[in-house]
Amino acid sequence: MKETIEKVSIIISRGSLDGIYPGLIMANGARAEGIEVNVFFTFFGLDAIHAKRHEHIKLATVGNPGLHFATWAGGLPGVSALMTHYMERKMGDLDIPSIPEFVEMIYDTGAGLYACKASVDLFGLEKNDLIPEVQDIITVGEFYEKAAGGQIIFT
Amino acid sequence: MTTLLSHLEGVEFDEEGFFVEPARWTEEMVPELARREGIDEVTDAQWTVIRFMRKEFLEKGAGPTVRVLGKSSGVSVRELYQLFPKGPAKVAAKLAGIPKPRGCI
Repeated sequence: MKETIEKVSIIISRGSLDGIYPGLIMANGARAEGIEVNVFFTFFGLDAIHAKRHEHIKLATVGNPGLHFATWAGGLPGVSALMTHYMERKMGDLDIPSIPEFVEMIYDTGAGLYACKASVDLFGLEKNDLIPEVQDIITVGEFYEKAAGGQIIFT
Repeated sequence: MTTLLSHLEGVEFDEEGFFVEPARWTEEMVPELARREGIDEVTDAQWTVIRFMRKEFLEKGAGPTVRVLGKSSGVSVRELYQLFPKGPAKVAAKLAGIPKPRGCI
């Protein structure tokens, strides 16, 4: 038999479109392989599970050399919104779900969704500010307990 | 005394357990394939998914991912994972005798 991964815990720490999607894709893909998954949202990554913000995640256009345009251009008004719109349309064509839909789908796969307590306190949030699919707000210690015996992926 | 002959006699699998020759698959093989995946009895709902996988493969040349299954098989993503906790598209593809579905979403 081939060696397999039984469990992964994925940390999503950034709040941009390009910061959130990779972790979500890794989480969903792991569940599709039958791997047990926990997703831990920390710092600006919390926006992915913030009830009012998760529909408005933007692509980072400042300080993103991967876009291959002049640094100053990324900061112009409307550029981030425009590039986000462009990216969302391309993703839609490939049937990649929006962030709110994707998070809900990952929840439906049976993955655990958790918010980082330190970040929730830092931003002055409460459980009610987060989407209902979030199981719990947990400390870093509790995260390690849940991650025990598996792999940890930081994004 | 009777000897029970396996329907899977001579069937070749790849190292993950997928059919090497999907054309050799028959429905009679499903209960035995299911037992290999820890499923003792295949339910009607599981059959729906298995037949859908097979049909998609025959029509399109590839099995659907969980996302596509959830949107087009009539079974929700949540229910799919209840039916096949070890990965709906992956396990159903094994039972349907088709190659592993490719696709990241």
